[in-house]
Amino acid sequence: MFAQKPNANPKTSLQQATGAGLASDGHHAIEVRALNVYYGAFRAVRDVSLDIERHKVTAIIGPSGCGKSTMLRAFNRMNELVPSAHAHGQVLFRGQDIYAPGVDPVEVRRHVGMVFQKPNPFPKSIYENVAWGARINGYKGSLDELVERSLRQAALWDEVKDKLLQSGHSLSGGQQQRLCIARAIAVQPDVVLMDEPCSALDPIATLKIEDLMRQLAEDYTIIVVTHNMQQAARVSDYTAFFNMDSERAGYLVEYGPTTGIFTNPRDKHTEDYITGRFG
Amino acid sequence: MTTEDKRPGGGRRAMAGGQPGSSNFAGNLPVRHRTARAWQLVFLGSTIVGIVVLTALLFNVLNGAFGLAAVEAKVDPATLAVRGAPIEEQSKEQLVQVLRDNLKPAVFERLAAEKPLERRSRREIYNLVVERIVEPTVLQTWPLFDSLLHRQEIAAEIAQEHPGARAQFLSWIDARFLITPQSSQPERAGVRTAILGSLWTIAITVLVAFPVGVGAAVYLEEYARDTWLTRLIRTNINNLAGVPSIIYGMLGLAVFVRTLERLTSGNLFGLADPTTANGRTILSAGLTLALLILPVIIINGREALRAVPRSLREAGLALGATRWQTVWAHVLPSALPGILTGTILAMSRAIGETAPLVVIGASTFINKDPSGPFSKFTTLPIQIYQWTSRPQAEFRNIAAAAIIVLMVLLLALNASAILLRNRYSRRL
Repeated sequence: MFAQKPNANPKTSLQQATGAGLASDGHHAIEVRALNVYYGAFRAVRDVSLDIERHKVTAIIGPSGCGKSTMLRAFNRMNELVPSAHAHGQVLFRGQDIYAPGVDPVEVRRHVGMVFQKPNPFPKSIYENVAWGARINGYKGSLDELVERSLRQAALWDEVKDKLLQSGHSLSGGQQQRLCIARAIAVQPDVVLMDEPCSALDPIATLKIEDLMRQLAEDYTIIVVTHNMQQAARVSDYTAFFNMDSERAGYLVEYGPTTGIFTNPRDKHTEDYITGRFG
Repeated sequence: MTTEDKRPGGGRRAMAGGQPGSSNFAGNLPVRHRTARAWQLVFLGSTIVGIVVLTALLFNVLNGAFGLAAVEAKVDPATLAVRGAPIEEQSKEQLVQVLRDNLKPAVFERLAAEKPLERRSRREIYNLVVERIVEPTVLQTWPLFDSLLHRQEIAAEIAQEHPGARAQFLSWIDARFLITPQSSQPERAGVRTAILGSLWTIAITVLVAFPVGVGAAVYLEEYARDTWLTRLIRTNINNLAGVPSIIYGMLGLAVFVRTLERLTSGNLFGLADPTTANGRTILSAGLTLALLILPVIIINGREALRAVPRSLREAGLALGATRWQTVWAHVLPSALPGILTGTILAMSRAIGETAPLVVIGASTFINKDPSGPFSKFTTLPIQIYQWTSRPQAEFRNIAAAAIIVLMVLLLALNASAILLRNRYSRRL
């Protein structure tokens, strides 16, 4: 729909695409077509194509430095915060290429939210952490209800309902990460990206976040980068295994349903990695 | 291939050196401890030098601001007593009567014409009596520590050299000093105009420099791409912070006093002060000092912004916030304590500046309160500078007193700025 007249409407709205996009590619939340991501002259991600299924958890695994995080950040154009970064290829969200000229990255990020490796709540109250994103995006409903709903969805409501006005930094690490998840889903995105969300957490907090991911998959498409093979096996429906080629560029080795990847990997590298022989 | 393989191996052999136990390490621990102690002493020494210098400064100022003085009165106040009541205890009407009795009728009429006596307060009348009739003059002064240690000798000296004068312990800084304007007689001079001038100037300086400086810092840190142009600008701002302040004075003279005279004199708005009507106004001074501290505020602001973790910006942007929304709601509040610290430092520098204000033409003698940004002005440092260059010893006493006032003013402004900053950093 947009590809036909990209110049007629330079500030293309992703919302306009909803009807046409969803109709044309029913169960794919994001489709990546021949994506390359560069930092300056260095190619960090090489020629990746894959389709992310709607309302499923997709795990991205692979050895350190293979471009997993770069790949994840390509889904909501967060790479652009690094001045030298640029991408070639297409990332189709609702049928619209988010890298097409005229697409506003601010709007992309409102639909494709993100949870980071280290919990990073705003130095504000718990309430304000959740409400801020909705407010700046022009949310018209009741903020109180939205905050409660988001915190309930993030399985944090019961722990914080009596101290909503305390600082987000007063919470424990695991609670902070769930607060960040609540914050991300409060703007009602379609996709939530998670960049090693449990790597700074203890095992109990990790399990809570993993349970949460399973629940959130009912309403959102989740893409999670993880170093933890067991975690990928436990939470994800689909797994993408990335590796690094001789020029240190990351490429997609194998992608498919998680059970298939873990029980019957087609590629030797994948098998070596998931059995712990390298990485 | 083979050479590459050899190199790390060779390195490893060299590192391993001798056998474990056969010591390749010199037993140098005592030497290292001695060196550490020596450096510690050096650092302690520099701290002590700093403290000694500060104490000497304080000593010097206090020594001048208080002390014994030989005071001679033209009319002994005791002779003005009415029915046993000294003038300090007399009512306003009695004091008016004293004036009428002791002044020449012409002088009395003139005083009454300036401002009718019944409209003056008792305090004003009392001051008139002291100024016009008692007329105490300070003949000689002694510094505070001499006064404390050699009181008897000084008293004897006064009795011998200034018969008719009495030894009086004077505090050159008192309430009267703060609320009276400049005067050509040191006993009557005060710093009222200078305090008001300093406050007006610093207010304009901060009002201009803070928003402009923070804005420039935000632009350079959050928006500007890293090109050769922005790098050039950054380097130049750093250099500007080191430019001598008198250069800024010359800049202010050329730009604000001369070129923008219509603006800085207030003519543009029809608000010009008829006594000045040129560009040598508080506004020019404030703008010049704003230019002077702008680089400092920008540099500190950039440091403060750079200290805000990137994760905070990413958190905001990932929610679909624009860069400005992220900066305004999260980055600036986090950087604000640091920005305010820099501003406090810059403000302290501005309030003590003398040279640029001399260049742009601060008045050294005004006794009229500044009425707004278009008034001519003097400031405390200018006043101090001017008094210390006078030949009479008494002016050095009031200069010392003015220094105390300046330091207290500086402390008060800094304390309020720090309170403001702490309030901000405590909010979550």
